[in-house]
Amino acid sequence: MNEVPIEAFTTEDGRQIGGVLMEMRHITLRFGGVTAIQDISFDIREGEVRAIIGPNGAGKSSMLNVINGFYHPQEGEIWFRGEKRPTMKPYDVAKQGIARTFQNIALFKGMSTLDNIMTGRNTMMKAGLFSQALWWGKAEQEEMWHREQVEKVIDFLEIQHIRKTPVGKLPYGLQKRVELGRALAAEPKLLLLDEPMAGMNVEEKEDMSRFILDVNDEFGTTIALIEHDMGVVMDISDRVVVMDYGKKIGDGTPDEVRNNPDVIDAYLGVAHD
Amino acid sequence: MADTKAQDALVSIPALLARNARVFGDKPAFREKEYGIWQSWTWAEAAEETRALALGFLELGVAPGDHVAIIGTNRPALYWSMVAAQMCGAIPVPLYQDAVAEEMAYVLDHCGARFIVAEDQEQVDKVLEIADRVGHIEHIIYQDRRGMRKYDHTRMNALEDVQKTGRAAHDRFDGEVQARMDALGYDDTCVMLYTSGTTGRPKGVVLSNRNIIEASKSSSEFDDLGPGDEILAYLPMAWVGDFIFSVGQAYWTGFCVNCPEGANTMQEDLREIAPTYFFAPPRYFEGLLTQIMIRMEDAGPLKKKMFDHFMAHARKVGPNLMDGKPVGLWDRLKYALGDVLVYGPLRNRAGMSKVRVGYTAGEAIGPEIFEFYRSLGINLKQLYGQTEASVFITQQPDGEVRADTVGVPSPGVEVKIAESGEVFYRSPGTFVEYYKNPDSTKDTKDPEGWVATGDAGFFEEGTGHLRIIDRAKDVGKMADGALFAPKYVENKLKFYPNILESVVFGADREMCCAFINIDLTAVGNWAERNNISYASYQELAGHKQVLDAVQSHVEEVNISLASDTMLAGCQVHRFLVLHKELDADDGELTRTRKVRRRIIEEKYGDLINALYDGSKSISTVTEVTYEDGRKGSISATLEIRDAKVAPVAQKVAAE
Repeated sequence: MNEVPIEAFTTEDGRQIGGVLMEMRHITLRFGGVTAIQDISFDIREGEVRAIIGPNGAGKSSMLNVINGFYHPQEGEIWFRGEKRPTMKPYDVAKQGIARTFQNIALFKGMSTLDNIMTGRNTMMKAGLFSQALWWGKAEQEEMWHREQVEKVIDFLEIQHIRKTPVGKLPYGLQKRVELGRALAAEPKLLLLDEPMAGMNVEEKEDMSRFILDVNDEFGTTIALIEHDMGVVMDISDRVVVMDYGKKIGDGTPDEVRNNPDVIDAYLGVAHD
Repeated sequence: MADTKAQDALVSIPALLARNARVFGDKPAFREKEYGIWQSWTWAEAAEETRALALGFLELGVAPGDHVAIIGTNRPALYWSMVAAQMCGAIPVPLYQDAVAEEMAYVLDHCGARFIVAEDQEQVDKVLEIADRVGHIEHIIYQDRRGMRKYDHTRMNALEDVQKTGRAAHDRFDGEVQARMDALGYDDTCVMLYTSGTTGRPKGVVLSNRNIIEASKSSSEFDDLGPGDEILAYLPMAWVGDFIFSVGQAYWTGFCVNCPEGANTMQEDLREIAPTYFFAPPRYFEGLLTQIMIRMEDAGPLKKKMFDHFMAHARKVGPNLMDGKPVGLWDRLKYALGDVLVYGPLRNRAGMSKVRVGYTAGEAIGPEIFEFYRSLGINLKQLYGQTEASVFITQQPDGEVRADTVGVPSPGVEVKIAESGEVFYRSPGTFVEYYKNPDSTKDTKDPEGWVATGDAGFFEEGTGHLRIIDRAKDVGKMADGALFAPKYVENKLKFYPNILESVVFGADREMCCAFINIDLTAVGNWAERNNISYASYQELAGHKQVLDAVQSHVEEVNISLASDTMLAGCQVHRFLVLHKELDADDGELTRTRKVRRRIIEEKYGDLINALYDGSKSISTVTEVTYEDGRKGSISATLEIRDAKVAPVAQKVAAE
């Protein structure tokens, strides 16, 4: 598709879009005889909101799982910050500064909002097991520092009132927000959101869109998101990758994608056989 | 107070702040919960912050006599902004933070504010939206930086940056700030507060330093408030009560003002702070009681039994204990046990374990609700006041607290009842004038300083307590000349949880009749528990058992009215339960949920006729407006019931 200029530029609304942060080169992922992703290449640039869209079963979540290190593609290379990434475990990927949320909320239901978000900082806790068990010395100082960062996330997402509520009791929209909070607590370079707006009503969608844009704007976090709701995607993303049946059928700005005949076919349902 | 030498000079809020910084320097003055922790400022620190802000204001060009608008929720920095404006000789004008841009435009235009202090992006956006129309807005100062990075800052600053500039300009401007502070006189304007105005445009009530300080001083003495007290500042800053509690009384006595993290954490924050001095409107206490009751319904049988048993005991002896009346030893011991098991934990849940003085005002409060809190050992009292009086007109002294009065005249306040029944008062707190509105000023305040409240009431014989019946303009006469006070009756009906709203008719008629709105939550809950199925509000409202329940409520109200010689004529003879909820979208209620009598009379003329012509039922079609603005209509056949009327007692029954 379109060749995107490599040098940094400023968007219309004044955000800085930098160079390439992550690049997927000719990724192919198979499960036995099923090809979930077929020879897909695209890049994610620093500071942008990048969306991956497509009909059900297009391979969007698989793609997110590849970025996340949960699936390992049979072919292709992943380049992160200018280096080819070796095959990695998800927790190593997390340590590199890639955080994510899940399509079906994956929080600890019995734990409070605060504790759930605190788990997002797990990869940054350095104190040893012994020190943590006694909550003494380094562990104490460390926890205070982490708590402060978590409180900033809570303030940012405006969820002070549910700080101590077990997340299982919260309505769906708020649980989604807590999950975003946990991902944010990891201070990610790249934030992966798997259908952040699924199952929400219009107001909740608007709130979530606002928070996603605010995260991008205030912290300069790069965001890659999967979403079904075309309206939302077109409104908040800088560039969009469109997938269908494991293949990339479009890539570009929302306007370009919207006018792409292949994309229109995929969404309006031209017979595939 | 302590420092007699400075006593003479305590003629402005900035002067009080300087005194507090000197006398209570290390004592906490403000707390705010942020990032999950209570941050606190001592009086010395608050004075420094305020001074820095005042210096910054001066640098921006705030001039004496300017109006500085303050828009936001209760934040220490916004309280400092008000006092900083005063230090510059300017007049703070706090605005309701939930006002829509249109309402804000009127007030900003009317007061001619050049400077705006806004809490956050939301408020800044509103101001920017109307800035072109208002014209004279020169500079916006915002407190919360979030989301503000991309705004054009040529006429905008963060509050912290204003303080920074102020500190840097200390040597240049400090003398000027001091001079302006010293120039503040007792009769200079302290603050201007806009009344929400149920009728017509909001009016700017000008209150002088004398008004605020005298009112704060005498009310603090009345309830023995001191530097050790704590309050939670959570009511709108634009409301006169908040200004008196969180600025007037706080600066006068040096007590600590605590600002909650946000509106939805208020309950939790209240519990953590456990204030000693607390104000809430009646609907707050109602809501809290409902919450407690729902929780108790869900509690285990032992807990439920314990609660019921001890609450019955508390209702019997609790109020007497609080009023210092004689109570038997056995009852005292049982109350003490109840205190450990039930009352104490409940008070703690409600955040009222340390409340020494609690007030409610603004609307009538249900006697059961009022008694509930008092029987728990919470010293909840009532007061009657308005913006024009710097709050206080009457208050209940400790030991003379009742649900149906608003107390005796506050210290320094004279109250008289005009022939029409309207209440007038005169006090040191009486406002100076309505800003740029001499006609309204003249209509409200006579040359001798008596102010018309617009409320009708009377002094109870024997106790000297004032009882407010209704808005004076709504009080009328029935055909036989008896007093007709619809709101008084409506309130009595609304005290029943099943009844959400009621409208009583009877002016110039021979009898009173009423529309009733059921409370869907309460009645729906009842229906669920009794296996009564219903498909719609309308069906539930027309259910025979619901009508029976409402009828019994109406008849109880009639009995209670009959015992009151003045209002016995207002007994409800016939009523119907409306097929739809009265709604602000249909214009039947104001946005603050007050009944709009005239509109209802026009819209439901057929139903009113049916009430008076003796029919047993009436079919009607009503137009409704949906939330998205579309219109529709609902038709219904309503049953009209006759309620038993109680015989009027000849002599006043003993309370």
